Amino acid sequence: MNGKQRHLHRFHGGLHLPANKAQSNGGAVRALPLPKRLILPLSQHIGEPAEVLVKPGERVLKGQMIARARGYVSVPIHASSSGTVIEIADHAVPHPSGLRAPCVIIETDGKDEAAPDTLSGDPVQLDPNELRNRVRNAGIVGLGGAGFPSFIKLNPGANRPIHTLLINGAECEPYITCDDLLMREHAHEVVGGARIVMHALHAAACIIAIEDNKPEAAAAMRAALAEIGAANMDVVVIPTIYPTGGEKQLIKVITGREVPSQGLPADVGIVCHNPGTAAAVYRALMHGEPLISRIVTVTGAGVAQPGNFEVRIGTPMADVIAAAGGYTASAQRLLMGGPMMGFAMGSDTVPIVKTSNCLLVAAHDELPLPQTPSPCIRCGACVDACPADLLPQQLYWYAHVRDFDKIQDYSLFDCIECGCCAHVCPSHLPLVHYYRFAKTEIWAQEREREKADIARQRHEFRLLRIEREKDERAERLKQKQKALQTPAEAGADPKKAAIQAALERAKAKKASADVAPKNTDNLSAEQQQAIAAIDARRATASTTPAAGDDA
Amino acid sequence: MEFPTFSSPHLPATRSVSRVMREVLLALVPGMLCAWWFFGWGIVVNLVLATLACVLAEAGMLAARGRPVAATLADTSAVLTGVLLALALPPLAPAWLPVVGAVFAIVVAKQLYGGLGYNPFNPAMIGYVVLLISFPREMTQWSAPAGLGNTQLGLLDSVAWSLYGVLPAGTALDALTLATPLDSVKTALGIGEMLSEITRAPKFGQYGGLGWEWVNFGYLLGGLYLIYRRLIDWRIPVGLLGALFTIALVFHGSDTDAYPAPLFHLFSGAAMLGAFFIATDPVTASTTPRGRLLFGAGIGLIVYVIRTWGGYPDGIAFAVLLMNMAAPTIDYYTKPRVFGQDGKRGGGR
Repeated sequence: MNGKQRHLHRFHGGLHLPANKAQSNGGAVRALPLPKRLILPLSQHIGEPAEVLVKPGERVLKGQMIARARGYVSVPIHASSSGTVIEIADHAVPHPSGLRAPCVIIETDGKDEAAPDTLSGDPVQLDPNELRNRVRNAGIVGLGGAGFPSFIKLNPGANRPIHTLLINGAECEPYITCDDLLMREHAHEVVGGARIVMHALHAAACIIAIEDNKPEAAAAMRAALAEIGAANMDVVVIPTIYPTGGEKQLIKVITGREVPSQGLPADVGIVCHNPGTAAAVYRALMHGEPLISRIVTVTGAGVAQPGNFEVRIGTPMADVIAAAGGYTASAQRLLMGGPMMGFAMGSDTVPIVKTSNCLLVAAHDELPLPQTPSPCIRCGACVDACPADLLPQQLYWYAHVRDFDKIQDYSLFDCIECGCCAHVCPSHLPLVHYYRFAKTEIWAQEREREKADIARQRHEFRLLRIEREKDERAERLKQKQKALQTPAEAGADPKKAAIQAALERAKAKKASADVAPKNTDNLSAEQQQAIAAIDARRATASTTPAAGDDA
Repeated sequence: MEFPTFSSPHLPATRSVSRVMREVLLALVPGMLCAWWFFGWGIVVNLVLATLACVLAEAGMLAARGRPVAATLADTSAVLTGVLLALALPPLAPAWLPVVGAVFAIVVAKQLYGGLGYNPFNPAMIGYVVLLISFPREMTQWSAPAGLGNTQLGLLDSVAWSLYGVLPAGTALDALTLATPLDSVKTALGIGEMLSEITRAPKFGQYGGLGWEWVNFGYLLGGLYLIYRRLIDWRIPVGLLGALFTIALVFHGSDTDAYPAPLFHLFSGAAMLGAFFIATDPVTASTTPRGRLLFGAGIGLIVYVIRTWGGYPDGIAFAVLLMNMAAPTIDYYTKPRVFGQDGKRGGGR
């Protein structure tokens, strides 16, 4: 921690939203009784789903790897407690469409017996490669919400040196306080994790960015830094503006630099990690704990006792809400995540996954049902609010008329889906929904195009082959005719030439006989006879003029 | 427990179109009051007629198009069109004039294009221009502003004149009307008089003409309220008034006797009404930040050109419609630089 005041920058647009954090950030993080059942989806991260390693009926231990990473962008899944695998089947998972996906379902035995530690080690002694491996084997993904495998973001890459690790403690969405509580209660884990990550990245400095509505968290982090005397790590308090917690927006606020469109923070020498991710890295390396639990904010007027809970991954949401005193009479909607970017859950039977930072049970007056949209009046309120400097009204227009070429001219894929535009829209248009629709359509079109390209290539190749075969046949015919004509023209010794031609024909016949089908061995007498008959017919046919050969 | 699912964001919107329209109407009140005070009850008669005609025309068209009538009327955009048109019309206009303008504005300029949000041209200004071209004589019947010792019609007399063309006994129409300052300046300059002489007449007031400067001041006040409430962007009015002021200053500086002062331009005619309430109609204006400045400046320049060298004393309506035409092109070439993209601005790609 150093005394100098850092010059902060600002990004265009953004919103000052009612924070609604006081409901949940008052008390300490509470524990949850061990759930009877754990539902562990195989895909809790961006990338390939993990591959199951266990069978129904098998007993598993807490922290045991039950599914391994498949492919590069993938991480394993661990049992969050000891028990028996009762089923590996499709189960409803936290997904906006109410999707069902493969899950390992474990009945816990209450013993919470731990598997042997394979993760812990001295991070400074470990080779960065091995460090990444362990982070991967711990199943750690970005806990801020996206769920990108963290080990990939510990790899600096050869041509993009990383100078700064940015710990994103902005937590800019209303209602969510899990990072706030984590930083207050486990500051040393966050700091320790950040140091491990710095080591892996060879980063010289670390900035921990915290919005100014979390003074306790900032103080706790500063104290933790002071304790270890890390001169190259710094807590920076930033103004509360939604969506400052967007990676690119935060980098702009801290450094004034813009991550290139379609680029990564590494392009400007920065890697961002969530405080929860840093703490998970710390716990994996220092305590040998894989990622089997996380802090979840349970809040909103729809729950009786809002607060933060240490929840095992795979715990059904209903169990978590029960621990928070259960639903109140006004519970109307269930969201995973915040009110701006969260997903609406159709049911509370789905499990908490690695990316579940918040359960928001909202009353009707908190999050009313969407209003009927009216036509866009092009007022431009969305332009003023857009933190990516887009023209949301144009994007809407082109999504509406399905002009997917034009919409890309207006940089659709730079949209971060933060929802600022829709929040300020006086016509109540579900703008983000339109953008998601357009993105999905474009991806689908691209896949179709790729398929069509392959089909076209095949078709063109086939045409080419037919053409080539035709040419070859024509060439052969020409050769034959030439061969027939040559002796007549030669004239000098027609007899000799005729003999020569006959010899050649015989040779050719012998050659063609050599390449005769090889499946004629070991045949029965009847089959041999049939073949002989066919050959005879062929011989008579070949003496007749070669009509129809090229027809 | 089961819950309904919707796409994010879930936080409700803070504004609605009907609230925006109502606040704009509210912001028009100071200017309207000034107009009523100085130009009489004719203003009120026009307001009532144009608004009624707009709402009825909108209802009829919505019904004909099979759209929800009551829910759409609730956005009050038709009311706003009627009010803006009425405020641009001369107070001594016959009753059919605001009605014809209003019906044309709503039926042709708005609903035939698809209703709110789809009209390329400002409906009120289309209505105004149709009237100006078709009925030039009726469109110049501006009442003399109060404060010149002339008679003004009361409410009932105004209604009688508007509906039946009957004036109170002993009153001639000529005694009630007076050419607007913009008109007078244009005519007098046209016959070679010098500005210093022309503007000595009492009707020229301090800056923009007696009454007119107050009306414009009222609209300025309402406009500033709209900017403060972030219901309109500052760029269009600043671009418009800035360009009008600058070009007027240049010409006024070159010859003070041939070109009126910049403040005269800003505080006469429909300058403030146009800058804050008409050019800022979101549907038909430019929507990019730089585009809005250009859009406003374009209107300001065209207004000056029409006022100074054109065939009409004022030019807000024509200027707005011309720039409406240019708005999509302006938007296309003034796209903001997208976050993280290189410094090249505007253009296709």
